[in-house]
Amino acid sequence: MIVLDHVAKTFVTRGGEQVLAIADVSLEVRRNEFVCLVGPSGCGKSTLLRLVAGLVAPTEGKVSIGGARVTEPRDDTGIVFQAPTLLPWASILDNVLFPLDMMRRLDAAGRARARDLLALVGLAGFEGKYPRELSGGMQQRAGICRALVHDPDILLMDEPFGALDALTREELTIELMRIWRERPKTILFVTHSIPEAVLLADRVVVMSARPGRVAEIIDISLPRPRDFDMEARHEFQDATRRIRGLIFGSRGARG
Amino acid sequence: MARVGNARRWSRVAADIAQPVAALIVFVLLWEVICRGFSIPAYLVPTPSAIWADTWKLAGQVSMHTLATTQTTLLGFLASLIVSLPLAVLLTASPAVANTVYPLLVLTQSIPKVALAPILVVIFGSNELPRVVVTFLVAFFPLVLSIAAGITSVPPELIELGRACRASRWRELWRIRLPYAVPFIFSGLKAAITLSVVGAVVGEFVNADKGLGYLIVTSTAFFQVPLAWGALVLLSLLGIILFQAVVIIEQVFFPWAVDADKQAV
Repeated sequence: MIVLDHVAKTFVTRGGEQVLAIADVSLEVRRNEFVCLVGPSGCGKSTLLRLVAGLVAPTEGKVSIGGARVTEPRDDTGIVFQAPTLLPWASILDNVLFPLDMMRRLDAAGRARARDLLALVGLAGFEGKYPRELSGGMQQRAGICRALVHDPDILLMDEPFGALDALTREELTIELMRIWRERPKTILFVTHSIPEAVLLADRVVVMSARPGRVAEIIDISLPRPRDFDMEARHEFQDATRRIRGLIFGSRGARG
Repeated sequence: MARVGNARRWSRVAADIAQPVAALIVFVLLWEVICRGFSIPAYLVPTPSAIWADTWKLAGQVSMHTLATTQTTLLGFLASLIVSLPLAVLLTASPAVANTVYPLLVLTQSIPKVALAPILVVIFGSNELPRVVVTFLVAFFPLVLSIAAGITSVPPELIELGRACRASRWRELWRIRLPYAVPFIFSGLKAAITLSVVGAVVGEFVNADKGLGYLIVTSTAFFQVPLAWGALVLLSLLGIILFQAVVIIEQVFFPWAVDADKQAV
């Protein structure tokens, strides 16, 4: 579905310096697969996501979706950011409809889908509320609806739960797995949290920093549906220990 | 629950109004008492009662002058808004444009407006236009700066969202950047309306046959000092009323922006 073929990205800083954010990354994501990207800050996880979204162009290599090269943002991808960044002047329903409106594709079917999605994430009845009237977790639920409103095949999530408190975070993690089960999508999920990545993913892509590279790709064999009780299982423990080892070296694995 | 909340809010509003009004009354009473007690002559500092009496005597004339100043203020304010909006968009469009336009803007601000006013009269003639231009020149700069700040402070994620939807730059400006800038625009408008009153008076000092600025110049020339003070009081009232009008417009049409303002503070 998504193919990154020897992709490299160099940024030019304000001072004119060239910074290699990603060096030679190759990755293949299958249809309806849930892939998590973990790695230290500065490993280019978010850049990788934006490459797939078509928001930035690779300096070298090729990004393609379904065999077609990505040269600009596509209709079949949706993005969720770390901050919900809802429009403060628009109601929750209008916020969810915003991408359709911007694409000039706003119609009755879209409105119906938006209401469906809001019900799916437990925000039925909040359509007419404004972002400031909702908690951070509820705002991020609306942010997920906004990314899904044009029914994309691919959902790109950039640390979507990073700004939430720990309890809301667990709640939304479970919620996301339920949504994914009910509406299968290809999901690329960037996170700082190793347990979150292991719990969510079919495969975890571990990245190393400066320049960003794929250190290793780890298959997670935990059965689905999953929940936080699985953290006690040895497959879970083995996977988190291995990822920690890859990121911090043997020091982290022992500690 | 809601009714209790409302009652509490109204009592708070009452306190918000009652306290300043009480302070004002005490201030005016003290002024009256001190002027009378120390028998300060009216041509130095007139008593509030004398100011009221002299101004009320000429109520018809004074209201004509007040209307003239209000008109100049509002026209200059409107001109500031109409010019500042596209100017701010231009300034934020690209660094090259900003580097070209910004020095010119700073230049207009470094010119003392009082010195410029007589020259404007030579250029535009002895009418309303030079006064409106002076008002505009005094008021527009902070407005341009705050609108530009608003346009550029949009979270990068929202811009990315717009780009992900392949929105044109125009649509991005119209649907994301400008709405986002509304709280900034209003803080600029609040500064601009206050400065507009200043600008109108400067214009009237230099060239006018009516207006509160003109009234102050002529009445002091004829030693009608209480009348000059009356004009001064009316000017500050005018400033307060126009400022509150901007506040109310924001609250009525952009209630979410008022909240965003508070969050920003």
